[in-house]
Amino acid sequence: MNGEAPPRPLDYLTAQGTHALEVLPLTWGVLIISLLVTAIISVLVVSGILLRRVPSGGPIPPVARTGSGMRWIYIGVGLSTIVLFGTAVWTMRVLAAVISPPAEPAFTVTVDGRQWWWRIRYHETRDTPEFITANEIRIPVGVPVRIRLTSTDVIHSFWVPALSGKTDLIPGRINETWIEATAPGVYRGQCMEYCGWQHARMGFVVVAMEGAAFDAWRASQVLPASEPQNAAIAEGKRIVMTHCCACHTIRGTEAGGSAGPDLTHVASRLTIAAGTFVTDRTTLEYWIRHPQRAKPGNRMVDPDLDLEATRLPAAYILKLR
Amino acid sequence: MGNPTDDPWWFSTTDHKKIGIRYLYTAFAFLLLGGIEALILRVQLAQPNARLLSPEAYNQLFTMHGISMIFLYAQPILSGFSNYLWPLLLGSRDMAFPRLNALSYWVFLAAGLFIYSSFLVGAAPNDGWFNYVPYANREYNPGPNIDFLALGMILLGISTTVGGINFVVTTFKMRAPGMSINRMPILIWGTLTASVANIFVIPVVSLAFFLLWLDRQFGTDFFRVEAGGQPLLWQHLFWIFGHPWVYAIILPAMGMVSDALPVLCRRPLVGYTFVALATVATMAIGFGVWTHHMFVTGLPGISLSFFSGASIVIAIPSAVSVFAWIATIWTGRPVLNTAFLFFASFIVLFVIGGVSGFMTASVPVDWQLHDTYFVVAHIHYVLIGINVFPVIGAFYHWLPKMSGRLMSETLGLWNFWLMFIGMNLAFLPMHLTGLWGMPRRVYTYGESFGWNTLNMITTIGAFVFAAGVLVFLVNVFLTLRSGRRAGANPWAAGSLEWATTSPPPPYNFAVIPTVRSRYPLWEHQLRDTPHRSEPYRGLELAKGHEALKSSTLDAEPQAILPMPHASLDPVLLTLGLAVLFVALLVHGWWVALGSGLFILGVVIHWIWPRAEFGSREPPEEEAAHG
Repeated sequence: MNGEAPPRPLDYLTAQGTHALEVLPLTWGVLIISLLVTAIISVLVVSGILLRRVPSGGPIPPVARTGSGMRWIYIGVGLSTIVLFGTAVWTMRVLAAVISPPAEPAFTVTVDGRQWWWRIRYHETRDTPEFITANEIRIPVGVPVRIRLTSTDVIHSFWVPALSGKTDLIPGRINETWIEATAPGVYRGQCMEYCGWQHARMGFVVVAMEGAAFDAWRASQVLPASEPQNAAIAEGKRIVMTHCCACHTIRGTEAGGSAGPDLTHVASRLTIAAGTFVTDRTTLEYWIRHPQRAKPGNRMVDPDLDLEATRLPAAYILKLR
Repeated sequence: MGNPTDDPWWFSTTDHKKIGIRYLYTAFAFLLLGGIEALILRVQLAQPNARLLSPEAYNQLFTMHGISMIFLYAQPILSGFSNYLWPLLLGSRDMAFPRLNALSYWVFLAAGLFIYSSFLVGAAPNDGWFNYVPYANREYNPGPNIDFLALGMILLGISTTVGGINFVVTTFKMRAPGMSINRMPILIWGTLTASVANIFVIPVVSLAFFLLWLDRQFGTDFFRVEAGGQPLLWQHLFWIFGHPWVYAIILPAMGMVSDALPVLCRRPLVGYTFVALATVATMAIGFGVWTHHMFVTGLPGISLSFFSGASIVIAIPSAVSVFAWIATIWTGRPVLNTAFLFFASFIVLFVIGGVSGFMTASVPVDWQLHDTYFVVAHIHYVLIGINVFPVIGAFYHWLPKMSGRLMSETLGLWNFWLMFIGMNLAFLPMHLTGLWGMPRRVYTYGESFGWNTLNMITTIGAFVFAAGVLVFLVNVFLTLRSGRRAGANPWAAGSLEWATTSPPPPYNFAVIPTVRSRYPLWEHQLRDTPHRSEPYRGLELAKGHEALKSSTLDAEPQAILPMPHASLDPVLLTLGLAVLFVALLVHGWWVALGSGLFILGVVIHWIWPRAEFGSREPPEEEAAHG
């Protein structure tokens, strides 16, 4: 599923989602209009100068009212007006087409922005209870999913360019948007409203999966965390319970904090620290030992652990799949 | 006997020309500070994952870069040109309220220093020039950073407001006899329009910052979500101000081009009436587009449609100006000096900034473009293309008037090409950086997003541009020291400022000129009117010691006003305001009370009726025949 990483994960001159695909021709349309206008005006200015210039070094010629020149304004503004009105109409049509999803969404996900990560709640459906995860949204291919957006602290903005444009997460309000992927894949998301120190490192991913794989994933997410299978992992768990439980929830254990991301199935997620690192042993150990160096200003304190002591909790967390 | 405008102290001058030049120096100093900040930011962004700046240092620098350029450079530099040029363009001896003019400058200086003093305590504003709440609220921003900005902006608002009032009254009351409203230079239209807009919108932003300061210091709840406040209220208040402000910092610059480009094309401006009306129309529509900064905040579709439509329509008056300039080139005989190169290239930069703005006006497209580097490229084409390029061109055009000396054309060519190439190298590829998804306001970025090369190119371009600015400074320095003498009218121009000596005497014109057409000095060549203006014959008015007040539309003489006297009131009032705002910042309530009383005293002294301020009737015969 991971596949080849795209060369430009946040590029929006291409699209993989219904919402974004609907807008893409308009984006290219106004871009091409803009390039043409720039080219035409540049040619007019430069050729006008070359054709009409006074030879350099010559005397300043007297002034003369040679021609009214008004035809330039009539034709130029007339053509501009036609193009502008055409664009306005096109804009309204696309707006009407994407303002609501093409079909009733399969389910709803609430995204709650935090400095600097994303709390993600899958609402209850007919056959699945609700559950909480973070920094990664999985969706089935080919169905629209409703995204409700809010924030607990400052304003953030939800953006997965391959799937749809952005919508703000505003504290005290709930905004709605929708996404629908047309092909399986991993789509990069990013916070797009300035929100303080780590605005730069507030990313996430949307993983689009075939329906059956998605159902299996959702069923696994509802389960509590797996129990340690050996003594080393059990020791890792003990350390996690001592250091991490005030801020993180691991369902099925005594860890029930809510200040940081839910870690029940953290190892099943592709990234840690809100899209900052690929989830593996090295990055996780670095993150646990030096969160303030990895992402200065984030709410996770530097723990008093040496590398050896980091191995065990990291090993336990990597089992939380 | 000294001239009434001679200032016994350096601080007390009310001469619009001296005030204008101080504005130019000060605003340019803020441009240089903002430029240095930009270069530091660009070094940080040249490569991925750089560690030159901490996130907080980056945030303070990008915020101060924006504040410096948008509030402390872009508008004040235009106030500088307008202050200097207006009475000369209008055939007047000074602004309507010379002391208010001095106050406007001193308060601007105080506000700039106030905001910049935050660096001294390591707590510069750090929430961007737009200063969104709740990040600006005390909960998330407990230091004094935002208080410096909030109080500083209120202080700056006083300067802009009194300046705006002065420009409006000057337009309508201080024009030379015969300069009816359809004969005013376009710069007058530009600054007049901007000033009217500022008088309406500055109170909005001052109020917003005042409410924020109350929230932060006294626990009120205007913007605090926990208590039912509304973050979107801030955005509406800010952008109701912010978007008209964008036009306020480009319309006077466009006006300077509309006035100077025809001089260098050796013909009158094509479509004067259309360009003047387009200036006003831009601002009128400009009041109805603020929400295009908020397309992603979850507004309902109907308001999105309205503001999208208005934001597309506002391009029409801009198109009028663009085609008027192009027509002026095509039907004229362009003289290719440095000023012309800046003005002509401005047309292209204006169009690039315009079409990228047109793209963001299309709501669904903006959902992608918003807050990416595409918008950063757009705003820099607008602010550098439509403000800095005309301003530098205006220096080449009008510095000879101000200093009596011509700038070097050789250095001018270096200046132009370095700035033009640097600008486009830095900001043209930046559109692509944005289309490839780079968010703005990030202190760094990962290496796997495909932005590495583009960012390096932008950084190189920024340094090339800075080299161009450096050449400009050298050129100005050499010009002031040893430039060739300019004479009264080096460009054989047609408007009134060129009728007097370079630099002009304190009283501007030995006699009050009489105006019969848009280009008083070109009438003998154009020969399209039987009337002749009288730039050199007219009312002498106590040998330069008095000015003329004229009627609003047709500029018929109405009264004779005394020329301004040097006064210490403006600088004392500014001192009082500065102490008051510092006291508010540090909660020195008794000092605040004391400075408030001091301000009251200065105001009473200021407005106290005095016989020497009385006006008298104009002599009928003299006015009628000059």
